[in-house]
Amino acid sequence: MSHATPESLRQDAEKALEALQGKRLSPRDRMAIPPQEMPTQSAEDRRGNMREVALGYSQAQARLEALRCLQCKNAPCVNGCPVRIDIPAFVKAIADGQDAEAIALIRRNSLLPAVCGRVCPQEVQCQAPCTVGKALKSVDKAVSIGRLERYASDLERASGGCPKPAVKPETGKRVAVIGSGPASITVAADVRREGHAVTLYEAFHKPGGVLLYGIPEFRLPKKIVEQEIDALKAMGVVIETNFLIGRTRKLQDLIAKDGFDAVFVGTGAGLPKFMNIEGENLVGVFSANEYLTRANLMRAYDTGHADTPLFKSRKVAVLGGGNVAMDSARMAVRLGAQEVHLVYRRTEAEMPARVEEVSHAKEEGVLFHMLQNPRRILGNEFGLVTGMECVRYTLGEPDESGRRRPVEVPDSAFLMEVDTVIVAIGNESNPLIRQTTPGLAVNRRGNLIVEEATGQTSLDRVYAGGDIVLGAATVILAMGEGRKAAASINALLAQPS
Amino acid sequence: MHRILHKEQLSDDVFLLRVEAPLIAQERQAGQFVIVQADNNFGERIPLTIADADPAEGSITLVFQTVGKTTHVLGAKAVGDSIESILGPLGRPTHIGQFGTVVAVGGGIGVAPLYPIVQAMKKAGNRLIVILGARNKSLIILEDKMRALADELIITTDDGSYGRKALVTEPLKEVCQRDPKPDQCVVIGPPIMMKFCAEATRPFMVPTLVSLNTIMVDGTGMCGGCRVTVGGETKFVCVDGPEFDGHKVDFDNMMRRLRAYKNHEEAAHHQCHLDLEAAKLRKAGQ
Repeated sequence: MSHATPESLRQDAEKALEALQGKRLSPRDRMAIPPQEMPTQSAEDRRGNMREVALGYSQAQARLEALRCLQCKNAPCVNGCPVRIDIPAFVKAIADGQDAEAIALIRRNSLLPAVCGRVCPQEVQCQAPCTVGKALKSVDKAVSIGRLERYASDLERASGGCPKPAVKPETGKRVAVIGSGPASITVAADVRREGHAVTLYEAFHKPGGVLLYGIPEFRLPKKIVEQEIDALKAMGVVIETNFLIGRTRKLQDLIAKDGFDAVFVGTGAGLPKFMNIEGENLVGVFSANEYLTRANLMRAYDTGHADTPLFKSRKVAVLGGGNVAMDSARMAVRLGAQEVHLVYRRTEAEMPARVEEVSHAKEEGVLFHMLQNPRRILGNEFGLVTGMECVRYTLGEPDESGRRRPVEVPDSAFLMEVDTVIVAIGNESNPLIRQTTPGLAVNRRGNLIVEEATGQTSLDRVYAGGDIVLGAATVILAMGEGRKAAASINALLAQPS
Repeated sequence: MHRILHKEQLSDDVFLLRVEAPLIAQERQAGQFVIVQADNNFGERIPLTIADADPAEGSITLVFQTVGKTTHVLGAKAVGDSIESILGPLGRPTHIGQFGTVVAVGGGIGVAPLYPIVQAMKKAGNRLIVILGARNKSLIILEDKMRALADELIITTDDGSYGRKALVTEPLKEVCQRDPKPDQCVVIGPPIMMKFCAEATRPFMVPTLVSLNTIMVDGTGMCGGCRVTVGGETKFVCVDGPEFDGHKVDFDNMMRRLRAYKNHEEAAHHQCHLDLEAAKLRKAGQ
């Protein structure tokens, strides 16, 4: 595939925009506008750097893309958005050149537009039901709502960031927020706005949660996460790092001894799953969490400065088909592996990863092996990984997840030579809070059980949301959960005590 | 930030630091550890066991051997300096019970984390046989403190410069041969020593706890870098441990995993030595 430069994409868009100047556009005209490609670093360049791959629309591209929107009365896109952003309105504002208006509209519902514009799986959310995509018979041709969201929020940041949200007069009430990922950031902001004091507890040495340790720089620049955290600090949210609730302080002590009026648990799905196959503890097998945390949070890619070591890999196999698998594979490319193989036991159609991440990974040279899975990992006399014994699969009947179940092909075993295996098959909930908090109800997967409407756990004044409730999900769902829990906490604290 | 209140050099390459950490001092129990990071921007996160704590002073005591970059940086710090990040207390506390006779074996630096366990075991009413081992006399640490608690104290050195010229496994085996045999054994030390201690107690079926110190990043269950095979199952040292049944731990696999970054560490360590020497020279020149 040839790589269109950002400059050529901008020029083409400017010409197209000029041709439409002053015209009244019919739905047919709008659908004839070519979908705007996201300008990116060329695959060749980005294999050698950690910088963000997608560069963002120019104004001309953004306006042109926004003009493709039909402004449907029933707005199916809004139903596809977990936080129900008024999508037609903000898209129209961009089409009209009213970029500030656009971001104001987005901010009514979303706290993290620069993040969500980059990492939301739009093709299964807002863009899935888009009328334009349906009419053109491809979700890839839907209006690129996510890219427009990113465009509006990037402009806002370039012009000095979002205005500091107004904080109501101090109420004297105090809320503890555990974890500092997307759900917790949302709760901290929404609760602080009402004038309650908020303390955010993070176990790592830097706040941001999965946005920082998990999602790589090349997909979500850390600067953006830092700005969101800075915005919380500017509102007066207190952030305690290196603080592990359950160990440094027990959850119940926050209420019983430290005087907090409510607690939100947003600790995420932080316990990596392994395959439970032979050879999984050989040297050279990593969880994606470990691999990405070393590279992202601990900055191990910066070998001249960082003390945290990275394993030297020549041939890497990444197991899994989600965003984390793509992130790991693309990180391995950037860290200098000669070959990176992505091994998945279903087909590309069943992959949970964002379409854009899959195509970026392919462009960067990641080799895809579908309908295969390792049966055991092989090692040498030093305990180092030398390869994987894999088997082939076909797709059978759909399973409980609705995806077709992979079925092993008899006598299909074969050898794949690799020196590194990265396991990216998902996360389970971290047991720490439930082990150290008596009376906190969990389901059989270890996720906290909450009241659907309020986010309240089995304990009085304790709320939860995000992956610790949902299992491993997405940033936007975590944010939606956070909003709900924050509303409940605010309602609780508004009652006269 | 955690201010250093007190520093002692226990031997050539073993240091003791008492640092401010009021919350950890309050919550910590025997057997738990902390993750320490000397520099938040580029520093590594390393697990260190808690040797002691003083809730009234709000301090914890760390004892460490200078083996890599971070431990060297910590060893070069002075009273009044600070450590940027300390997270803890982590891991499950030791199961302290009234077992009867407990034999506690500490090798080298492992004597430090053994101390709070011996303290707690004594307090619970157990009879304590303590075996301390090191390469030579100068590497035996905390002897006086242990002597104050132990009903019987046995010291061994590899070179015979102090106590018995033997490995700790010898007296351990003899203790196991006594009638009645000990009811519980706790071993902390280098992996190879723990492995052979577990082999020594196995024929006598004396339950043997070992405390594992593996590579970690977060220390909270998130990365799985610390995983070990125990009884054929994968366990995380940080959240399932650090203590496990020594008769079930796959020590060979654990030792290989500890060496995963050896080449890198040696290079970083070498550079670190150069940097520290340069800093010393600069200081001397001023």
